[in-house]
Amino acid sequence: MSKTETLADTQPDKGGPAQPLLIVRNLQKYFPVRGGIFGGKKAVVQAVDGVSFEVKKGETLGIVGESGCGKSTTARLLIGLLDKDKGEIIYDGQDLGGTLSLRELRRGVQMVFQDSYASLNPRLTIEASIAFGARIQGLSDPVGRARKLMERVGLAPDRFAQRYPHEVSGGQRQRINIARALAMSPRLVVLDEAVSALDKSVEAQVLNLLADLRREFGLTYIFISHDLNVVRYISDRILVMYLGEVVEIAPVDDIWTSQAHPYTRSLFSAMPSMDPDNRTKEPPLAGDPPNPINPPSGCRFHTRCRFSEDVCKAKVPLLHPLTAGSDHLAACHLHDISSGHSKAGKDVFE
Amino acid sequence: MHVMARDLIYLRTATVFTYFLRRVILMLPVAFGVSVICFMLVQIAPGDPLTAIMPVDATADEQAAMRAIYGLDKPLPVQYAIWIGNLFQGDMGKSIATGRPVADEVFGAVQNSLLLAFSAAVIAFPIGIFLGFLAGYFRDTLLDRAVTAISIAGVSVPNYWLGIVLVIIFSVNLGWLPSMGAGPGGSQDWAWDWLHMRHLVLPAVTLAVVPIGIVARTVRALAGDLLTQDFVTALYAKGMSRGDVLRHVARNAAATALSVMGLQLGYLLGGSILIETVFNWPGSGFLLSNAIFQRDLPLLQGTILVLALFFVAMNLIVDVAQAAIDPRIKRS
Amino acid sequence: MALIETHGLEDPISEAGKGYWSGVGSRLIRDPVTMICLGVILLLILSAVFAPYLGLADPYTGSMIKRLAPIGTEGHILGTDEQGRDMLARLIYGGRLTLFIGLMPVVLAFFIGGALGIVAGYLGGWVNTVIMRTVDVFFAFPSVLLAIAISGALGAGILNSLVSLTIVFIPPITRVAEAVTSGVRSLDYIDAARASGANALTVIRVHVIGNVLSPIFVYATSLTSVCMILAAGLSFLGIGVRPPEPEWGLMLNTLRSAIYINPWLSALPGLMIFITSLCLNLLSDGVRSAMNVKD
Repeated sequence: MSKTETLADTQPDKGGPAQPLLIVRNLQKYFPVRGGIFGGKKAVVQAVDGVSFEVKKGETLGIVGESGCGKSTTARLLIGLLDKDKGEIIYDGQDLGGTLSLRELRRGVQMVFQDSYASLNPRLTIEASIAFGARIQGLSDPVGRARKLMERVGLAPDRFAQRYPHEVSGGQRQRINIARALAMSPRLVVLDEAVSALDKSVEAQVLNLLADLRREFGLTYIFISHDLNVVRYISDRILVMYLGEVVEIAPVDDIWTSQAHPYTRSLFSAMPSMDPDNRTKEPPLAGDPPNPINPPSGCRFHTRCRFSEDVCKAKVPLLHPLTAGSDHLAACHLHDISSGHSKAGKDVFE
Repeated sequence: MHVMARDLIYLRTATVFTYFLRRVILMLPVAFGVSVICFMLVQIAPGDPLTAIMPVDATADEQAAMRAIYGLDKPLPVQYAIWIGNLFQGDMGKSIATGRPVADEVFGAVQNSLLLAFSAAVIAFPIGIFLGFLAGYFRDTLLDRAVTAISIAGVSVPNYWLGIVLVIIFSVNLGWLPSMGAGPGGSQDWAWDWLHMRHLVLPAVTLAVVPIGIVARTVRALAGDLLTQDFVTALYAKGMSRGDVLRHVARNAAATALSVMGLQLGYLLGGSILIETVFNWPGSGFLLSNAIFQRDLPLLQGTILVLALFFVAMNLIVDVAQAAIDPRIKRS
Repeated sequence: MALIETHGLEDPISEAGKGYWSGVGSRLIRDPVTMICLGVILLLILSAVFAPYLGLADPYTGSMIKRLAPIGTEGHILGTDEQGRDMLARLIYGGRLTLFIGLMPVVLAFFIGGALGIVAGYLGGWVNTVIMRTVDVFFAFPSVLLAIAISGALGAGILNSLVSLTIVFIPPITRVAEAVTSGVRSLDYIDAARASGANALTVIRVHVIGNVLSPIFVYATSLTSVCMILAAGLSFLGIGVRPPEPEWGLMLNTLRSAIYINPWLSALPGLMIFITSLCLNLLSDGVRSAMNVKD
């Protein structure tokens, strides 16, 4: 099966290989909270606040963080299901809302959701669900495409095409959702906890499928998950979010060996390990994340950070490379010698 | 996520009083809408409103003059503003048929309607609660089915027909009770004596049938649900007596039951229109049907407005009372 | 490829599913009360439709000498009315207008209120606010009061009754449709459909309507009984169907003068209203419980 056979209508590349497929700059989304006597705006939830990152062509960017940290909101902003308050989304060199229309963006960017059942219309057959997007986008032979993609994701079209979502298993449904996203020949697929609800054995199968599809069709992924092992398996780089902000971005091997941000470090040390020599060194995080309505001042993590000092409450740490030119970035005063933190620049974790 | 946060905020700040204020403020646009609909009732009525007042042989000039007097030559929003302005001064216009102020006619009649509605409620609520409780407690027994049948029949029966049937039985055949009016010899002045009260029996019983069905159905569902809930099992397990468990169940169901009954009281006031016609009860419904037949549009408008505002106020009271009883309640 | 060989192991393929409606059907057939009510309603509708072929007396022609003949009179099994017209014929012919004005408003309100509610629920925002706040205003009127107010202002007539009753039933249906739709609206498959670039109309047509229609429909059926009672009530008040048309509510009104002469005869038209509304209620309950059962 050749690439040109199934995904023939993929948008042509515009910016060349050096142009990141997606650039996000200062993305911001606040949700109003209503209440009070007049039912007016009372407060805002700062769901996504000043998020910036890039996704290179052909890579997989993993996004991790606790629930409520703004991962899913970011995903929905990227695909235009939510309107951003501020910031730029630049897809292959074109600015969304400027030279790029939402409709064009949706040709190039698709999404797979966590709940495989809720993301399929229970009244449509599997074939119709997959063909819908292709039909909307005016691609040729939507049903033929649907059947080919079903085959490709491991569902025999003759057996499955006319079934309904509740007639197949969770793993099969998630394959359908993947096929549905691919039916529009996207270049970037946002996978929002796409394997989190599956059994471990099924999860591995679907992860393998995703890896194969990426290679075969030259896809780029944004892979959102709370499961670090899964993210490590599939990602090239990892982005860590905390309370609507990016705290660290690094290539997967770098972050696996040395986490720069205390939050990332707690996250990794909370991960169960099979290796008796690799004991948990860091005490696990205590308590819940603070309320995103009134996030802590300065560094948002300072309320739970054991290295917290006055500077952390006062000053917002900026995301910057650990060393000049490094692709390992963190937003922590510990890594900024000029920050005024007493332990800045020292190796505090050992 | 933001929904959860909203609830937290809400629970922290909402006392019953701020809830009450909020409801009152939310009620204002509804009350405005109600007044607009009542105003529009006269506008949608076919024919020129002047024909009722003017002699048939009035000249065009005389008609124009009359039009100016009544403000009918002005655009609709201005007419509405004049109408609502008068309303705030207690002036609802004059009845075309009697020439008396609409306000006087309506308030006299509404008192009679309230008397009827409250009497029906006094009959309906205890019976409905009792039947519903029996059915909910003895769920899936013959008793439950009988109560369910009664309540379905209750909500299905056209009560104006039931009124006629009761008249046939108790007035025509047995001769026990009067079939119409609110007092002996068409007396309009109510008194709490048997001579007057026997006139109340049939219309009140008739009017009570629908709410009996609805209240019984609601209480049955509440009691049935509550009795199967885990905490009831837990109460039994703790060694609580049957009576104590029942008391707990009752308190938990009270808030919901209260709101249903409050709304029913409002519906009784509206639903009494047909019953008042059957029994010639001198209430607002009777007034309304007279207004309709004499095409007395100001009277029609005023009666509807007063009844609807009563209903709006009833909703408000029910909402706030429910919030006061049940601290879990939260509404956006 | 390994994936294709293993997919069958994920879990056994269930055979359930398409059987939902046949399941509803078989539960309905096994429910005697619902079936009897369905039978009664069908009988009433069929006899009303085919009334001219049933060999009945002329429902409009009366006879001054045979007025208010009692039930069981020869030639007039159910007696005659205050103008000597055959009651049986008038009751059967009366089903035509009564059922039409009793059911049609709910059908119209189902389409109008359903559309309004779906649009409000799907689009949200200011469209939702405008539609739902308007609906709130109509909810401030008890339904009887609203029907009588509009009919009273418009005057008697079949069309006016249809208009006023449709207006009465649009708000509750809109409210239910809005609630159901905003529930569906928050599901991921709607987001997935939006993400594929489909416009609101297409998403509503393909993905929303099919999933909200049956709960809205079930709710609408529960309103038919109230609508019947109200429709006949308007005619009973004299602001619905005009004489000499046979209509149960109107007949109940005109026969009131006869309660001292032939009481049970005068109660017959109301009995018809009661039977119809009772059967509509039980039928709607039966359909609802048959559809709520989840296997």
